[in-house]
Amino acid sequence: MEKVYAGKTVSVDKDGYLTDLSQWNKEIAMEIAKEEGIVLTDKHFEVLAYLQDQQRKEVALSIRSIGKSGVVDIKQFYELFPKGPLKISSKMAGIPKPKSCI
Amino acid sequence: MEDKNKFPVKKVLFICSKATLESVYACFIMANGARMEGIESEIFFTFFGLEAIQKNKLNDLHVATVGNPAMHMPTMIGGLPGMEALATKMMKSKMEKLDIPPIDEFLEIMSASGVKIWACKLAMEMFELKEEDLIDELDGVLTIGDFYERAAGEGTQIIFI
Repeated sequence: MEKVYAGKTVSVDKDGYLTDLSQWNKEIAMEIAKEEGIVLTDKHFEVLAYLQDQQRKEVALSIRSIGKSGVVDIKQFYELFPKGPLKISSKMAGIPKPKSCI
Repeated sequence: MEDKNKFPVKKVLFICSKATLESVYACFIMANGARMEGIESEIFFTFFGLEAIQKNKLNDLHVATVGNPAMHMPTMIGGLPGMEALATKMMKSKMEKLDIPPIDEFLEIMSASGVKIWACKLAMEMFELKEEDLIDELDGVLTIGDFYERAAGEGTQIIFI
């Protein structure tokens, strides 16, 4: 599937998650954020960069591991990305939909 | 597009009534999982479930080896000294490998994630517990009436574990 974000055509899965991280840019993240009603700050981008980094290292993400990352604590993570932080942030970071239950 | 015919779960209230490791984890994973989906989530600890939020007991919860057919061991063997501890140790090490946090850390994670943690007033009186016996993350002590008040609203589910 393909979708146009910020004037750029990217390939996405059925839930709108980018399937190719190399197609990602900050404008795309901002547009996905807008759909979720979030205005991205530097702190948001810091978290997104961490998630992308973990994805490149092929580390599975969980709320627990993000809380221990030193980038953001769990409370702040929920404040930055309310309504399902791990999923929403993954979508904005251009990485696959997380499969973690914890 | 939001499907107007769907009625999404907006809030889940769990009643944690038992202190076996397996039921407490079932409760915690579902309560935490709700928050991960943006669903409001609360746990009401009552009866033996209160052990899961008692400072001096929460890290000593055990798997039930007796009266649990899924253990696939004869009841008499399950009752031997040390069997519960052994089964519990095995399960905990498996959980750690799956990145499932221990009880104390799980409670901290849930509290930081916005899960409300309540203790049952009547059960506390029965076990002669004081608030200071319970974890610092406790949001308060409720009667069953208070609990039902918290369940008000469309899209709320109550789950007894």
